[in-house]
Amino acid sequence: MTDLTNLTVAQIRDGHRAGDFSAVEVAEAFNANVADAKALNAFIVETPEHAIEAAKAADADRAAGTLKPLSGVPIGMKDLFCTKGVQTTAASHMLEGFVPRYESTVSQKLWDAGAGMLGKLNLDQFAMGSSNETSYFGNVISPWRRKDGGNAALAPGGSSGGSSAAIAARLCPAATGTDTGGSIRQPAAFTGITGIKPTYGRCSRWGIVAFASSLDQAGPMARDVRDCAIMLENMAGFDPKDATSLDLPVPRWEDALSSDLKGKTVGIPKEYRLDGIDPDIDAMWDAGIAMLKDAGADVVEVSLPHTRYALPAYYIIAPAEASSNLARYDGVRYGLRDLPQGAGLQEMYAATRAEGFGAEVKRRIMIGTYVLSAGFYDAYYTQAQKVRTLIARDFEAAFASCDVILAPTAPSAAFGLGEKAADPLAMYLNDVFAVPASLAGLPAMSVPAALNREGLPLGLQIIGKAFDEQGVLNAGLAIEERAGFTARAEKWW
Amino acid sequence: MAIDQATVRKIASLARIAISDAEAAAMEGELNGILGWVEQLGEVDVSGVEPMTAVIPNTLRLRDDVVDADPLTGGNRRDDVLANAPAAQHGFFGVPKVIE
Repeated sequence: MTDLTNLTVAQIRDGHRAGDFSAVEVAEAFNANVADAKALNAFIVETPEHAIEAAKAADADRAAGTLKPLSGVPIGMKDLFCTKGVQTTAASHMLEGFVPRYESTVSQKLWDAGAGMLGKLNLDQFAMGSSNETSYFGNVISPWRRKDGGNAALAPGGSSGGSSAAIAARLCPAATGTDTGGSIRQPAAFTGITGIKPTYGRCSRWGIVAFASSLDQAGPMARDVRDCAIMLENMAGFDPKDATSLDLPVPRWEDALSSDLKGKTVGIPKEYRLDGIDPDIDAMWDAGIAMLKDAGADVVEVSLPHTRYALPAYYIIAPAEASSNLARYDGVRYGLRDLPQGAGLQEMYAATRAEGFGAEVKRRIMIGTYVLSAGFYDAYYTQAQKVRTLIARDFEAAFASCDVILAPTAPSAAFGLGEKAADPLAMYLNDVFAVPASLAGLPAMSVPAALNREGLPLGLQIIGKAFDEQGVLNAGLAIEERAGFTARAEKWW
Repeated sequence: MAIDQATVRKIASLARIAISDAEAAAMEGELNGILGWVEQLGEVDVSGVEPMTAVIPNTLRLRDDVVDADPLTGGNRRDDVLANAPAAQHGFFGVPKVIE
């Protein structure tokens, strides 16, 4: 019998529907892989009983002829989504032991579609990080290793590092992620999987622990483009409980998948050619251009002149919003309380927040507090929001002459745990290619395209026009079919 | 503009985060590094550019003006609201003594 954990979401769905296997068999196989992979530290909470319960319902639905779109498919849930009755921590000490009394809109949609939950996936604390090293519950270890014979532990990317590691290691066929400045795409690229951040507003933010609300957007991570389309269809949709939710119908992205790009134009942004970049990255990019030409697309050079200002603008806007959003952690309403002997209310706030937040979270709250403070607001925050307007205009101008943009996802392959942890700026720079699309609210996806000389996966990024997830998915499919990326991490855990 | 340790302590106070002198000293360097780097935004000509307020054009909606329009976010959920409070008492949030 085939190993059920090697199947994609589409294969599980279709095989279950055809009666090739039961949903309970699938759930048991993935539960076993999860239980066997403690060394990766991908999960904060495992919920095998949730997966089995959903699987039993899926098997009953099959017998009754009432199958749902994701019946029989168990998934991983990033621990940033509130799940009713299941601890939700955002990988923080602050929310350790927090058990929501409600379900996030996105996770509820997935359960309504028949999916089951294998567990809550580890992440960077409050989704702040690019390597999963800021989690209060310890680093996630990438299943990948360099082919140098060593066993250096590598970063799975961040912030959705538990999601990326779990999918790459076959602990789940798909998972949810969230992307504020690259947190779906960069971990997908680091682990040889696929992930898409849809247009801002496609997926409801209700019930997702907030980081930077004007940027936060949920999206799926999976092993191929089709699975991302299937997952996204079951995550997206209008939600009146989110003021920025898009009131638009959810397209049938899977049905409309097509890798025929005749008549399409692909833009190559010249400002993304960085001096001194890893030659393997440039070679992969050039190969990707050739693949899209082969799929029938025309290729043109485009200019995004404010690209170099995207990261500094992001590191004003995101911390500013975070400092405001995270003001809610006060030791009163939920989460940790640290009440030193004899302390009053103000001392309790300060002690609670000192104890409950990790170093990177504190750093960003401090930056955000400073740039929003009296006397500095215009120089930093207003200036950054103006630059953000210019970055969005850059994309508008570029999309006058192309349908999608192709670029690398990240400037490097996965780095070693600890290699960048001492220098916040070096870590921030890893999101240089991911952040511009976030600031402009555009759909963007990473697909695995090649291995570098160390044997580590590299990802190509496709950025699309607002609302054109289909164009992004189709270009991603054209690359996927031609790159033939089948490499996977050899099991050591 | 560089910030000093007194400013770091001021920001920490505004952010309601207790910090030790050693942490303030470490943070002085880190924050100056980051702020020095973001200052390059000052060289961008933004004359006539409006600051972004909505990344995807959208209009704010009004919900129906009725009590408990949405059962999840309406009223009568006191026990749910208090369920995760660290010191809930008698149907209220408990806080340390505020008034002397």
